[in-house]
Amino acid sequence: MNAISANDIPRLPRGVRVRYDGVRNSHVLLAPERAFDLDDNAAAILDLVDGHRTVAAIVDELAVKYQVDRAVIEGDVIDMLSELVAKRIVDR
Amino acid sequence: MPREAITAVPTPIGLLAELTHRCPLRCPYCSNPLDLDRRSAELDTATWLRVLSEAVQLGVLHVHLSGGEPTARPDLDLIVAHCRTIGLYTNLITSGIGPALSKVQSLFDAGLDHVQLSVQAAHSDIADHIGGLRGGHRQKMQFAEKVVALGLPLTLNTVIHRSNIADVDELIELALNLDAKRLEIAHTQYYGWAYLNRAALMPDRADVDRSIAVVEEARKRLHGKLVIDLVVPDYYASFPKACSGGWGRRLMNVTPSGKVLPCHAAETLPGLTFWSVAEHSLSDIWTRSPAFQAFRGTDWMPEPCRSCDRKEKDWGGCRCQALALTGDAGATDPACSRSPFHSRMQTLARAESGSATPPPFLYRGTSAVAQEEIP
Repeated sequence: MNAISANDIPRLPRGVRVRYDGVRNSHVLLAPERAFDLDDNAAAILDLVDGHRTVAAIVDELAVKYQVDRAVIEGDVIDMLSELVAKRIVDR
Repeated sequence: MPREAITAVPTPIGLLAELTHRCPLRCPYCSNPLDLDRRSAELDTATWLRVLSEAVQLGVLHVHLSGGEPTARPDLDLIVAHCRTIGLYTNLITSGIGPALSKVQSLFDAGLDHVQLSVQAAHSDIADHIGGLRGGHRQKMQFAEKVVALGLPLTLNTVIHRSNIADVDELIELALNLDAKRLEIAHTQYYGWAYLNRAALMPDRADVDRSIAVVEEARKRLHGKLVIDLVVPDYYASFPKACSGGWGRRLMNVTPSGKVLPCHAAETLPGLTFWSVAEHSLSDIWTRSPAFQAFRGTDWMPEPCRSCDRKEKDWGGCRCQALALTGDAGATDPACSRSPFHSRMQTLARAESGSATPPPFLYRGTSAVAQEEIP
C-alpha cells in the first residue's frame, strides 16, 4: 500500500532536510525525532528528490551518472523511498 | 566512580534546551526539577546562541526547544533563526498555550522544523484537570490546527497514567483528526514530580497491557499514515530502557540557568557536579566534565550489569530510578528482572495501582509541594 511507483513524484516535506555533517563526514537525513546517516548512494538518491522529478526520472539520472544498468538501481531506489514514505519522511 | 576517558567520546545527536521553567500548566508528572529556576537566572540570548553554535560543532543534529513553555521566551524566533543558519534541526516542545498560538507564524517564518505538542488527555475535562488549567485543552486544539495549516509537521505527545490510560484509542483518533504525523504514547517515567505523584499516577497491569495492545493494532492499521512511538512503563517491564540512549552517549540537557546535564533528572543524583555553559565550552563539558564521565560506557557497572549480554543495549538503565528505589545511583536499574530490587518495584506498582482511592495530584508549583523532598 505504501510502495512508491515509477510515476510518483517524491518530495521532502517541511521538517525533513538533508545536510552534510562535518563531524560525521557524511550526509545526514533529519526528520521529526529521527536522524539517519546516509551512505553515498542514499545521499545521491535524496539529492534528486526535489518535488519535480518522478521516480523514473531519478532512476534515469542515476543510471547515467554512475554508468549502471537502470534495472539494477531501480529496485534500490523504490525500496528506499517506499520505506521513507511508510515512515512519513518522504511525501509523494 | 568518575574515571578518565579511555575510549573515544561518543558524538552527541540531540540537545534538550530548557529555555525556561516558566509554564502555564502544572502537570503532576512534569519533567522539570522540584526546585525550579527563576526567570532572573535564565541564560540571555547571546549565551544561548553561542551554546547552540558549539553544539553543532560537537555533532549535535537536533535541538529540542523546551521548557517549561519555550514560547514564554521573547527571543525564541531569534534562537530558531540562528539554528536554521547553522544547520541545527529545531523541534519545538510546547504546551500550545498562552503565547504559543500568536508566535507560531513567526517561528515558521524563522525556519522552525517541527512541533511537538503536549496533550494531557483526549477529552477536555480530564485534560484540563491533569494540566491544572481550565480551558487549556481548547487552546491546544486551536494551536494544533494552526500548526498543520501552516504546513509544519505535528507530533502529539501524551504522558500516560491512571487517569488517561483508557483514552489511548481516542488519542489515536485525535491525532488522525488533527492530521498529526506522529503520536507519542509515553507512559509516565517516575522521577521528580512524577515520583512524588506516583501513587496517584500508577496504572494497573491489565490497563497497561490493554493500552499497549491498542497501540500495536493501530500501528498496523495506520502504517504509512500515522507513526506511533510507544514508551513503555518501567514498573511493569522485564528490562530497563537505555536512559537518554545511554549516559553521555547521545543527548545532553541544558537547564534555563545553563547547567549541562546528561539527562533532565540528573540533578537528583547526589555527589555529581554539573558544569555550566557560563564557565565552560559545551565541548569541554561533554568530553571531560566529571558528571558526564561518571556513568559513561560500561566501566562503572556493578553486577549483574557487568557480565550481562545486554549491557551495551540498555547501558544499565536509569541512574535516577536506581537511586530512588535502591538508594544507590550506581546500582542496576530495578526495572531489570536481574536486579535484586525488581520484585520490590513490582510490589510497589501493584499496591499503588490497586488502591481504590488514589491520592489527589500534587500540582507542580504549589508551595506545599515545593517544600517536600524526594524520599
